[in-house]
Amino acid sequence: MSSPQSASASGMTVAAPAQHLQRTDAETPLKQKPQRKYSRADTRAGFAFLSPWILGFVGLTAFPMLASLYLAFTDYNLFTSPTWVGWDNFVNLFNDPRFIQSAQVTAGYVLLGTPIKLASALAVAMLLNMKQRGQGAYRSIFYAPSLIGASVSIAIVWKVMFTNDGIVDRIQQMVGINIGGWVGNPAMSLPMLILLAVWGFGAPMVIFLAGLKQIPAELYEAAECDGAGPVRKFVNITMPMLSPVLFFNLLLETIGAFQVFNSAFIISGGTGGPAGSTMFYTLYLYLRGFQDFKMGYASAMAWVLVIVVALITLILFRTSKGWVHYTGDER
Amino acid sequence: MTTLTAAPDTPSVDNEAIARRAAAKNRRRVKAVVFHLVALAATIVVLYPAAWMVFASMKPNSDIIGNTQLLPDVWTIEHYVSALSGIGGVSFWTFFGNSMTLAVLSVVGTVLSSTVAAYAFARISFPGRNAMFAVMIGTLLLPFHVTIIPQYILFNNLGMVNTYIPLLAPKFLAAEAFFIFLMIQFIRGIPRSLDEAARIDGCGHGRTFWRIILPLMRPAIVTSSIFTFIWSWNDFLGPLLYLKSPSLYTMPIALRQYVDQTSVSDYGAQMAMAVLALLPVMIFFVIFQRFLINGVATQGIKG
Repeated sequence: MSSPQSASASGMTVAAPAQHLQRTDAETPLKQKPQRKYSRADTRAGFAFLSPWILGFVGLTAFPMLASLYLAFTDYNLFTSPTWVGWDNFVNLFNDPRFIQSAQVTAGYVLLGTPIKLASALAVAMLLNMKQRGQGAYRSIFYAPSLIGASVSIAIVWKVMFTNDGIVDRIQQMVGINIGGWVGNPAMSLPMLILLAVWGFGAPMVIFLAGLKQIPAELYEAAECDGAGPVRKFVNITMPMLSPVLFFNLLLETIGAFQVFNSAFIISGGTGGPAGSTMFYTLYLYLRGFQDFKMGYASAMAWVLVIVVALITLILFRTSKGWVHYTGDER
Repeated sequence: MTTLTAAPDTPSVDNEAIARRAAAKNRRRVKAVVFHLVALAATIVVLYPAAWMVFASMKPNSDIIGNTQLLPDVWTIEHYVSALSGIGGVSFWTFFGNSMTLAVLSVVGTVLSSTVAAYAFARISFPGRNAMFAVMIGTLLLPFHVTIIPQYILFNNLGMVNTYIPLLAPKFLAAEAFFIFLMIQFIRGIPRSLDEAARIDGCGHGRTFWRIILPLMRPAIVTSSIFTFIWSWNDFLGPLLYLKSPSLYTMPIALRQYVDQTSVSDYGAQMAMAVLALLPVMIFFVIFQRFLINGVATQGIKG
């Protein structure tokens, strides 16, 4: 960014005499002064206005990231100074059954929860896009859970609803399913948390709905003239036209799903139980870092997560070229 | 689309046209009925957990578990009385006040720091701006875990653990890039001729921002403020990490403490406390839902 300025500054000494000569020329105004790209006042104002963000980025993001990269190669317990251990933390991670389990639980949550949530969001968005009366009210109601889904209150409600003999268990008993409450059942605790995630389908739904409204009605009318049914219209018009929005939602929800913490922490009482079935990656990281004070180990976990998320983002962007259609490009 | 078929009505085919129009009207009516049936069913599913929470908080403990009924047989406010009586010798209103203080200060910090950052990105050209913009967008995708441990160490070394500073510093330093982005998009929609007119009248960036842009940014500021308030109010991990003494606890932390302390069977009091903890969020939602949903629809803010 600073290259034009520094180039002109270094070239100044050489250019100065020439410029002096040129001044007698008739066409002086063109090369009178090396035109600065940025005015001094603008530069000063820009950095002044941005100073809180710069301070925050350096102090709360950039420096901590480097620090955690360093800590990932150390043994550190917050009280004695860190000791360098090389790749030990990373080697230990992959020999740690609880780490492996936390990665599996999180992967299951992301791979099951995100598609179900997005499919529900899309289905409801398409329902609301039928342009019937009351659409706005329904949209508000469906959106509300996504504001409170991650709250401690709702986690507690979920815990009580899905406990032994709680309302869900009671309904199960009435239809003859005797698996007990989901909270204490290692096979059902993850589905229970996925249900909680799906309950918050409102935010992606609102985004889908905004995308659906952008699709020109002529496309559907033309397809109808050609005799296309609802399935053809969905596959050949809705999906391609909505693909940028779908991509955006997929990226955001996937990254968000990796970071789930509150509900698992509250429902399992901070243990990740029963039998480690709700030991999410973030929960294990928290327990290692702030309960066992294995801060080097937890930092290594954090960096593994960053790399995984970065890879997934990269893969999503790469594959998106095949299925995401931007109407601007096609014309 | 149904209106199209009924549109050309020539007097010669009168009966046929009327029949066709009636059929179209019928189809439209069936469509509306189906829409409302499905939408109402979805509404019940979506609202059920919240409704259950509210009604459970007014049932005797014996009816919360082992009962499928939604409405209480016997209505009681005893759970609210015990929830309001406080936890571990600290008054309920202390927690409520702590959450409120943090939420309000978070809003102030976010608005102050994000508006100036957005103005710089949207309206001032200076070296390094585009690179910093790219970095800012990049932080949107960064998992927060990578910074929580070093941040904790940093604040611990500064002696700021068990204060509100670690919770508020990110707000005053514009750490939530979503809001900057939202505001940049908004400022880009404001005609540049306004800036130029101000410049001709001798305003520098400071006065252009303060007199022209900031007042026009109100909708973006309102949206950011509401989200900041709600996120701060619901925040759990931050207070869990940094707040040690009960007199500093926020509502979610107090709630979790309450659940851990009260006997397992006192579900009613837990529900009452859960309702009270969500009340401000629900009130905000009812008042500002339009801003919230527009924020999500246009900028894709997460829920």
